[in-house]
Amino acid sequence: MKKTAFYGALTVAGFAASMASAATLDDVKERGTLNCGVTTGLIGFASPDANGVWDGFDVGVCRAVAAAVLGDPNAVEFVPTTGKTRFTALASGEIDMLARNTTWTFSRDVDLKFEFVGINYYDGQGFIAPRDLGVSSAKELDGATVCIQTGTTTELNLADYFRANNISYEPVPIETNAEGQQQYLAGACDVYTTDASGLAATRAAFENPQDHIILPEIISKEPLGPLVRHGDNDWGDVVRWTLNALIAAEELGVTSANIEELAAAPTGNPEINRLLGTEGELGAMLGLEADWAKNAIAAGGNYGELFERNIGENTPIGLARGLNAQWTDGGLLYTPPFR
Amino acid sequence: MSDNTSVAFVRTETLPQLPPPASEAGVVKWMRENLFSSIPNSILTLVSLYVIYQLVTGAFPWMANGIWNTNSLAECREILDGATGACFSVITERWNQLLFGFSYPSEFYWRPGLAFLLLFVAAAPVMFFDLPRKLLLFTAIYPFLAYWLIWGGTIYTPLFALLGIIIGYLVYARFVKDSFAMGFFGGVIAAFIAWFIGGYIVGAIAPAEPFLEAVQSRDMGGFMLNMTLGVVCVSLSLPLGIVLALGRQSDMPIIKWICVIFIEFIRGVPLITLLFVANVVLAYFLPPGTTFDLILRVIIMITMFSAAYIAEVIRGGLAALPKGQYEAADSLGLDYAQAMRLIILPQALKISIPGIVNVAVGLFKDTTLVSVISMFDLVGMIRGPILSSTDWNGVYWELFMAASVLFFVVCYGISQYSQWLERRLATDHR
Repeated sequence: MKKTAFYGALTVAGFAASMASAATLDDVKERGTLNCGVTTGLIGFASPDANGVWDGFDVGVCRAVAAAVLGDPNAVEFVPTTGKTRFTALASGEIDMLARNTTWTFSRDVDLKFEFVGINYYDGQGFIAPRDLGVSSAKELDGATVCIQTGTTTELNLADYFRANNISYEPVPIETNAEGQQQYLAGACDVYTTDASGLAATRAAFENPQDHIILPEIISKEPLGPLVRHGDNDWGDVVRWTLNALIAAEELGVTSANIEELAAAPTGNPEINRLLGTEGELGAMLGLEADWAKNAIAAGGNYGELFERNIGENTPIGLARGLNAQWTDGGLLYTPPFR
Repeated sequence: MSDNTSVAFVRTETLPQLPPPASEAGVVKWMRENLFSSIPNSILTLVSLYVIYQLVTGAFPWMANGIWNTNSLAECREILDGATGACFSVITERWNQLLFGFSYPSEFYWRPGLAFLLLFVAAAPVMFFDLPRKLLLFTAIYPFLAYWLIWGGTIYTPLFALLGIIIGYLVYARFVKDSFAMGFFGGVIAAFIAWFIGGYIVGAIAPAEPFLEAVQSRDMGGFMLNMTLGVVCVSLSLPLGIVLALGRQSDMPIIKWICVIFIEFIRGVPLITLLFVANVVLAYFLPPGTTFDLILRVIIMITMFSAAYIAEVIRGGLAALPKGQYEAADSLGLDYAQAMRLIILPQALKISIPGIVNVAVGLFKDTTLVSVISMFDLVGMIRGPILSSTDWNGVYWELFMAASVLFFVVCYGISQYSQWLERRLATDHR
């Protein structure tokens, strides 16, 4: 008897959970804040400043979604997650979306029942080496000692790469990025390998960054993007098209500086008009206000502005656009049309 | 016989004392005895001296040359200009984040500060028996006062919580004369009813603008979080541990087995697993929308964990008592509660002090584990927000040194107190 009651309670809880997750958009509107999962701190991507205000490239996506849905880029409750808690936080409904430089992989998309709504940063594994070593390409690293984080995909990628190029290497296993920095600086290994954005941030923290070079080879694909729960397509659309709006805005030349002017009255470019809601009903189709995309772009600027301010070449991290340039500039950013 | 008897062949007065030979006095003697008493010892001394010299010459310039007033690592390195030196300015710039976390409102820092100072007042009568017993009244109020100070919000919440406990106690005192079980369960039920009704009353009368503005649990952080978790969990797990230890020795099979299973299960599971359960798994079982405070969940888990350990320590103390003590209590006609309270536990707890302190110190340091479930305690603050800011990425030694100093002060204090307590309670003949 007691057992049945217990199972009954579980079932009810389960139903309630699935029902609640079915209309995230309504939940967010009702709550008045967006619960956005971010990292506990990753330089350039998400980090609270001295006053406790979150800023960064991933944080920019959260703020854009909050601005699109609620009209206020500050209506975000940032929920810091670690690599271990991020997926359960999303699956259990504690957060509405996760923007935590998470690699889009098959198993995460299909098996873990998440939906990656797009890619906001194309990353890949790279190498950093001291300038004194005199190498200019990873193919010259035959016999080198390599500091590598154990138990990560980078370890497997490294083995694959060296085997494919028929050269040998000596791995030096390390546990964390901080340990990797120390070991590399202490000369325990010739080169250090991790994601290219992480290498840039690591190098930025060195005392003499110009003494180290990041080798041009990128040996793996790490597409990072925001994700939502499987099964709530309306909400997935909102996040997907907010990200797309940021990318499209850069392509169309809409910036935080000229957006008020462009949104005041219909312009000569119909796609800008549709994007900014002065023409057509794209906002209503998403269940949002007509000026949703305008708010999202005004929150932190378009994709290019977000990139330049947080991780671009004028920041200490100094990442080049590379693959993350618009398709018109030879990059991979290519948003479907707003029509 | 000659008459020159005035010439004595035996001294009549003692010689003045000579100073001891140079090798048997002062610094030389001390060094000979303590540092160079044999060849292996001499070698060890020389090696140790060399190590100390290396440490001092390595660390001293780094410490003495430290920079205290820059705004970023880059500025700090500019000033140092290649010379050895620490960037302590990360501590002066981010001290508030290290102590209070990054989202606790800075205009309210005085509230946890005051709660911290009052902690000493509240703990003193418990820790030092010579103080007037009336001070215990403040100790009883302190948990509610500290909660109100740190979390803020309406004062009615802690007031009604206190009221519930008082009502529960009154009911207990009324019925305990008839039977302990009746008093105990009656008290618990009365307290819950009081809290339940109080919840509605608080909801109705709570002012929109409370005197102390409410601060969310997720805004807690820094060393404040470590202290809160440490103090709350130690003080809750001690009574719980005593109950478990007594329960494990009980003759009543159900109680005994509940306690045994609880202790063995909790001890067999790593703390970090329990923390993950608190953070992640519970969220699946609770109906969505219920906010079951994360800090509360963590407190429950850590308390359960350390209670299981303390129970085993106390069981060791109970087992160390000769059987005669139990029999003496029985022969005096004391019932179970009296025997335990007056004869068994005072002795058993005294024996267990070192073990209990061991668990308490370990528990306090274990509170840093909450950083893996994305709570920003001291270590979480360092590893997360501070090291990931563009200003301070790359500062390790200075930050972790500051953290170890904070932890050392507290843990050393606990250890010194326990040694004083052992001396104070020493009644055996030595």
